[in-house]
Amino acid sequence: MTQQEGYADDVVKGFIIWSLLWGFVAVLLGVVISLQLAWPQLNLPPYLSYGRLRPIHTNAGIFGWGIGSFMAFFIYITQRLTKTRLWSPGLARVQLWLFNVVIALAAVTLLLGMNRSKEYAELEWPVALLVVVLWVIFAVNIVMTIVKRREEQMYISLWYVLATLIGVAVLYLVNNAGIPVSLTKSYSAYAGANDANVQWWYGHNAVAMVLTTPPLALFYYFLPKSTGVPIYSHRMGVIAFWSLIFMYLWTGAHHLLWTPVPDWVQTLAMAFSVMLIAPSWAAVFNGYFSMNGQWHQMRENYQAKFLIFGITFYGLQTLQGPSQAIRTFSAFIHYTDWVPGHVHMGTLGWVSLVIFAAIYYTLPRLYRTEIYSVPLANLHFWLAVAGQLIFSISMWIAGVQQATMLNAANPDGSLHYSFIETLIELYPYWYARAFGGIIYFVSLIVFIYNIAKTINGGKAQALAQKA
Amino acid sequence: MLEKKPIIFLLLATVTILIGTVVTMVAPFWWINDPKLAIASVKPYTPLQLEGRDIYIREGCNNCHTQTVRPLLSDTERYGEYSKSGEFAYDQPFLWGSRRTGPDLARIGGKYPDAWHVKHMKDPQSMVPRSNMPRYDFLQRPLDTSLTERKMKTLKFPYTQDQIAQLSGKTEMDAMVAYLQKLGNDIPWRKAARAEVVGELKNPYQDNMAVLPEAKALYQQNCAQCHGKELKGDVGPALSDLDKPDADVFTTVYGGTQAGMPAFGDTLGKERIWKLVTFLKSHQKR
Ligand code: HEC
Ligand code: HEC
Ligand code: HEM
Ligand code: HEM
Repeated sequence: MTQQEGYADDVVKGFIIWSLLWGFVAVLLGVVISLQLAWPQLNLPPYLSYGRLRPIHTNAGIFGWGIGSFMAFFIYITQRLTKTRLWSPGLARVQLWLFNVVIALAAVTLLLGMNRSKEYAELEWPVALLVVVLWVIFAVNIVMTIVKRREEQMYISLWYVLATLIGVAVLYLVNNAGIPVSLTKSYSAYAGANDANVQWWYGHNAVAMVLTTPPLALFYYFLPKSTGVPIYSHRMGVIAFWSLIFMYLWTGAHHLLWTPVPDWVQTLAMAFSVMLIAPSWAAVFNGYFSMNGQWHQMRENYQAKFLIFGITFYGLQTLQGPSQAIRTFSAFIHYTDWVPGHVHMGTLGWVSLVIFAAIYYTLPRLYRTEIYSVPLANLHFWLAVAGQLIFSISMWIAGVQQATMLNAANPDGSLHYSFIETLIELYPYWYARAFGGIIYFVSLIVFIYNIAKTINGGKAQALAQKA
Repeated sequence: MLEKKPIIFLLLATVTILIGTVVTMVAPFWWINDPKLAIASVKPYTPLQLEGRDIYIREGCNNCHTQTVRPLLSDTERYGEYSKSGEFAYDQPFLWGSRRTGPDLARIGGKYPDAWHVKHMKDPQSMVPRSNMPRYDFLQRPLDTSLTERKMKTLKFPYTQDQIAQLSGKTEMDAMVAYLQKLGNDIPWRKAARAEVVGELKNPYQDNMAVLPEAKALYQQNCAQCHGKELKGDVGPALSDLDKPDADVFTTVYGGTQAGMPAFGDTLGKERIWKLVTFLKSHQKR
């Protein structure tokens, strides 16, 4: 394809490979901390203890693996949807370099205990500043490419791209506001209940703007590309887009139900969370209906499997999420293992499956070759889904069981179980989770092997052609 | 038509996300900062407590412990009075957390004696055998105080030079324990909540040897960490030769004492406490 010659794709390759590396680190650390919860002797303080490793796990997962791949595919998609070469490939190379510096710095500083403690905004201010620079570079490049585009219409994926760029910028700047004490220590600019409310406005919209809109952008692009069917309804996509980005911002306080933030904020969050089902499921239906008459592809096209399972987990996630946002149910499962079950259906099921599909689709094209092995891709798929289901299902049962025990009362009104009695019952589920995690980890190794072989094959072919 | 105008599109998207932001994130500042919610007895952290809090943040204790008690029976019975907005006025950042792998710590202050915390932090499993809390024995190293004054100034907390001087020779463990002992203690909830025993205080199990095996297990799980496996005493006094009336022993265990004996009324209930009393008294040397 000569048309592709013009696109800046080397940097896409770079982002894919580096995000895979950070994804590997994230999953490896996930397995490590899941083992530490089950066998506390595995904590090696001060550095390798659970309290310090868990934030590295979440940061490597969301920022290294998630954002890293989204940077790759935003650059890839934007060029193709605008039929325009990236505005500045040089800037994108700087961005790749800076991205790796930031993630590596994040890992090292968190290991050393330099931590602001606010979830998904842990990085101390000098590193956070670098993140801002990184994001500005990225956003300018994408926006300028779109402004100078040669295709007048902006396809729906580009909408999600633009929303992500602006959303993340607003969220990150506000929640990271702090007062430095030294280079390595700062305090939040807000106190107490205010700080909590700002944090979860940020936290939930990190879910919206990092774990929802970017995978949706990918989904809307790669489903038609990979299966050859057009998206069922553009109009439904439009309505869903605007209502989604409108409603998400109202829901942060569903992480703070029954805490001292004002009741009306909690109630609004609850209501908007339930309403979010509509735009979320519009995307799910759009995916399903597009497949009408094409369901046989689920057997023949391994990429379709990743995408359709991905959107299915998204559908389940956006039903489970709103139910957790209801006060009575939150009273029960909040703070328990149920929530990591929810989190990992989203991250391992939805986000990662969609990224896997995108890599399977683009990488062979970038290296002008075929995927090394389709059976290995299928093996990867089944192991990943099995590992994730073992993880999530065991955590849901664990959460409900612990919640039931914590609430059990004696006839005289006193509590039936002490905290530690409820904790002891969780060990079997923690073993199961670690087991599921290891299966997922194996699936990732299969994937990386397949991808490495594909890249090598592509390079060998290129050499052969030259000769 | 929007699909053709990226800059207008960006502006519209920004406005769209700002609406919810203003209502649910900006506006609540006015509600939360309402002077009516302030609690006069809530004090800023002392230099030692603040250092402890920073170690808590550094070690990521908030990944396993929450610091907010919800107004729900299973929370208030287990941890104490529910949390109020005014209690967190000096918390920058807040440390409410999102996951209770371990118990809530919002009301931990005053629950245990200092010595209990030191032993527990050094080796949690020695106190609570099936705990999965990591060991923090390395906190016995000297406290770094080079930034303490800057921190107090940054947060505009009052302090005296005397307090700063007293930091020399302290360990990180001292700071951590000082912090933990402050948590939740700024309002006098413990006194108010001290369970009043109502009804007749007569041991239904007096001299009933059949309850001893169960009571022994309860003792090992809830009491041995402080009173020793053999009742010989450790953090708490020896209980091997109690010569007090059953009713007095019951009141101590049910409602706790100011000097470090935790209250067990809400978590064990009357029945099981009477069984424990029977167990303790069975050791009395006649
Ligand atoms: C892996 C999770 C984990 C981490 C990290 C952790 N804890 Fe714990 N913690 C627990 C568990 C589980 C318990 C309950 C069993 C016990 O008492 O050991 C507990 C109990 C406690 C208790 C006693 C609470 C009570 O009411 O009996 C205190 C105090 C405490 N932890 C403080 C800390 C501090 C301070 C840190 C950080 C330096 C910390 N913990 C880190 C899991 C954790
Ligand atoms: C955190 C440590 C701790 C735990 C756990 C604990 N105690 Fe105590 N206990 C103490 C301390 C400290 C004292 C001394 C209190 C005082 O002098 O006011 C005490 C005092 C007592 C006394 C009064 C002793 C006397 O000589 O008057 C009794 C009885 C008692 N505890 C029983 C129990 C029982 C039964 C349990 C288990 C359900 C238990 N304790 C658990 C720390 C503890
Ligand atoms: C097999 C792979 C993985 C394993 C075994 C694993 C394990 C864990 C464990 C044990 C926790 C702590 C749960 C707790 O607090 O009780 C956790 C938290 C978390 N993980 Fe993973 N993880 C994996 C992959 C990932 C990936 C790929 C991502 C992101 C893309 C991710 C994102 C998160 C997040 C956001 C949390 C915090 C959840 C919360 O606050 O409730 N994880 N993970
Ligand atoms: C309509 C959509 C959704 C709603 C209403 C929703 C709701 C919720 C609620 C109420 C919680 C808090 C649970 C608790 O602590 O009690 C939560 C946690 C979480 N959700 Fe969702 N969810 C949705 C979709 C998603 C999606 C698609 C993802 C993608 C991965 C996701 C990732 C997370 C994460 C990472 C957390 C943990 C936050 C933390 O405590 O650190 N959610 N969600």
